[in-house]
Amino acid sequence: MLSFSPSEEQQMIVNTVKQFANDVMRKKFRECDEEGQIPAEIINTAWELGLVVSCIPEEYGGAGWEHSALTGTLLAEELAWGDLSMAMHILSPWLGVLPIVEMGTSEQKKKYLPAVCGGKFTAATAALIEPRFDFDHNDLGTIAKKNGGYVLNGEKCFVPLAQDAAFTLVYAGEGNASQCFIVDKGAKGLKIGEREKNMGIKALATYELSLKDCKVPAEHKLGGEKGCDFKRLTNLSRVALAALAVGVARGSFEFSRDYARERYAFGEPIGSRQAIAFMLADMAIEIDAARLLNWEAAWLLDKKAEATRECCLAKAYADNMVMLCTDYGVQVMGGHGYVRDNPVELWFRNGRGFVAFTGMAIV
Amino acid sequence: MIDFELTAEEKAKIDEAHEVALKYFRPVSRYYDEHEHEEPQDIIDFMWSNRSKGFVTGLGVVGAMMVEELCWGDAGLYLASPGPGLGGAAVFAAGTQEQWRKFLARFGEGKPKWGAMAMTEPGCGSDTSAIQATATRDGDFWVLNGEKIFVTMGHRALDLSEGIIVVWASIDKSAGRAGMKSFVVEAGTPGMKVEKKEKKLGIKASDTVTVTFDNCRIPFGNILGKAEVKSKTEGFKGAMATFDVTRPMVAAQALGVTRAALDMLRDEIDKQGIKIRYDLPRSKQTALEHDFIEMEANLRAAHLLMIRAMWQLGSGLSNALEASMSKAKAGRAATLITQRAVELMGPLGYSRKYLFEKFMRDAKINDIFEGTGQINTLVVARRVLGFTRDQLK
Ligand SMILES: Cc1cc2nc3c(=O)[nH]c(=O)nc-3n(C[C@H](O)[C@H](O)[C@H](O)COP(=O)(O)OP(=O)(O)OC[C@H]3O[C@@H](n4cnc5c(N)ncnc54)[C@H](O)[C@@H]3O)c2cc1C
Repeated sequence: MLSFSPSEEQQMIVNTVKQFANDVMRKKFRECDEEGQIPAEIINTAWELGLVVSCIPEEYGGAGWEHSALTGTLLAEELAWGDLSMAMHILSPWLGVLPIVEMGTSEQKKKYLPAVCGGKFTAATAALIEPRFDFDHNDLGTIAKKNGGYVLNGEKCFVPLAQDAAFTLVYAGEGNASQCFIVDKGAKGLKIGEREKNMGIKALATYELSLKDCKVPAEHKLGGEKGCDFKRLTNLSRVALAALAVGVARGSFEFSRDYARERYAFGEPIGSRQAIAFMLADMAIEIDAARLLNWEAAWLLDKKAEATRECCLAKAYADNMVMLCTDYGVQVMGGHGYVRDNPVELWFRNGRGFVAFTGMAIV
Repeated sequence: MIDFELTAEEKAKIDEAHEVALKYFRPVSRYYDEHEHEEPQDIIDFMWSNRSKGFVTGLGVVGAMMVEELCWGDAGLYLASPGPGLGGAAVFAAGTQEQWRKFLARFGEGKPKWGAMAMTEPGCGSDTSAIQATATRDGDFWVLNGEKIFVTMGHRALDLSEGIIVVWASIDKSAGRAGMKSFVVEAGTPGMKVEKKEKKLGIKASDTVTVTFDNCRIPFGNILGKAEVKSKTEGFKGAMATFDVTRPMVAAQALGVTRAALDMLRDEIDKQGIKIRYDLPRSKQTALEHDFIEMEANLRAAHLLMIRAMWQLGSGLSNALEASMSKAKAGRAATLITQRAVELMGPLGYSRKYLFEKFMRDAKINDIFEGTGQINTLVVARRVLGFTRDQLK
């Protein structure tokens, strides 16, 4: 039956994350962006919320909830409202474990899932994007050659927490298909480059990564011989990113809306002028539109339906929406939006990233 | 639990509406566009004899989605279909049970009938507080005077059937908005006259007329809501409650036409052997693919905003903000998408051999009536800012 209400359980998770975002993330996010790092206690407090292990089966040390992309989008939005860098850091272990939960062989599950179910945050990650403007996830430059096991060669970038990751899922082309390989920390031929410097998400540690004749055993191919459902993984990533985009946009909307009520020009609040008020109305509409589109896509994924079209639409829509809203956020605040005393410029820089963040989060 | 699934029963109703659109509306769509003011008698008879199926009277999500389907067939013919229309919606939202019986029962019996609503005047449209029409009490009667324009279905409601019209007029000009009330006038009431029939850009099968009131006497009980002038907003509450339903309904109309344009565009490019590749990075998309994906995403997003507003209404949640959001978004999406479809089809888009240009003309009205895009954006802005109409004009 049609409904737009989250379940009680989902609402509980949302409330918990909302509070964490407000009380913890929002207190430190500017400092983190300036300093390029996130204090460990924030990450560990987030870890204690149990979000990451929620959908890992109990037999591997997790909480054993059924994995739901829709629930994932709800909590991703709240985390991103708090701060995008922190959200991506906190959720990064999912990049390593969710594909294994969904598609791994039982040996892969046994070997890798318990590693992230400990009492403290454990990094795991994925390497999909490659450093070229015409990057295509269906036509990867990183190649896997079968040779007993597999030999991986190629360059990756935008790999969150690569330095600390217990293991990395490396995506590489095998024949015509993109496949996923589990590469252990310190594997021979895996070289982690310098920490990257980007326009935004400055607090998130991301790295370039190169694979030079990096050998992985045959049983490290995700899903075993038959491989993984790469389409589904990219779709789960699309809804994750779209949800994060909604969270960022909402932050910008709420902040600039409140400002527009307080800031006076020509004797009245700037929000009393349609030129400003209409930007805010458009933001409100576009944010809701993007969220609903994304919910529907995630809902389809939870039903295990083929939802590539819906996920692509949701992601494309969210990419445009977040740019519009974070740009308007700065515009509403004028010069005060441009200076780093206020957060809208940070959201503006983060917002532009979504078109490039392919595969950097998954729910 | 967030859920996008409709029940089998609901789907069947929507499918049924689609069948009507496809089999009955679409084949004569062009004809009634080219023959403005000609009666689509077959359609009228068909829709009237099938009125129990609720094609034009359904409420809630399913009702709106049925309207969306009919407008996929032809938006003008949907509007021309007999039924209570906007006038009925106003009576339903603001009237007493007795008034429902008196004014709405007729839409279930006898010959085809239409309902209309008249707010707009030559001197004011968006600014409804400037309405000049008056209603003066005279014992057991109200006496109406004034001129209303752009009345949808006024001709069919008042000249061709025993329909009704809901008229907005002031009972106390000094009271401003608070003095504004709505009144039901039955067809054939002396002093009421249908005048100019507009020639329009689109939705030509729907009639749009001027109605004048010259000492038109109606029973005292025909007022919707209370006759006293009380709080500042009271008189407008009825209209506002109507908007909570009618704005998403107009959004549904917009989205029906718009989906028609997008479906036809997909069919045409499909015939050329072009498939939209969704799963491509931006740098590899063609301009056509990029546009198409943007159009499709906008259409679906607008559709979801519309059904959310309707779902809220059906769930007893307040939806004034979301109703205006859905209307503003749908009006804009319709404008963007139908115009882009004409652009993308080149000469075929512009030619009257195809329906693209008609969809573009039909779609545009949805960004104008039931509150222009700007007025609905203004409503959204006031609500998100928490500003009154005096704080945000
Ligand atoms: C085919 C058709 C059918 C119609 N059917 C009906 C009907 O059945 N009943 C009925 O009562 N009316 C009907 N209307 C009238 C319709 O609702 C009005 O045309 C509409 O509300 C706009 O009013 P207006 O034309 O006077 O434009 P105006 O109010 O003069 O507006 C002109 C422009 O100014 C903008 N504008 C106005 N005020 C503001 C503001 N405060 N802030 C920002 N922008 C503003 C508007 O958005 C618009 O772009 C119909 C109109 C048409 C064309």
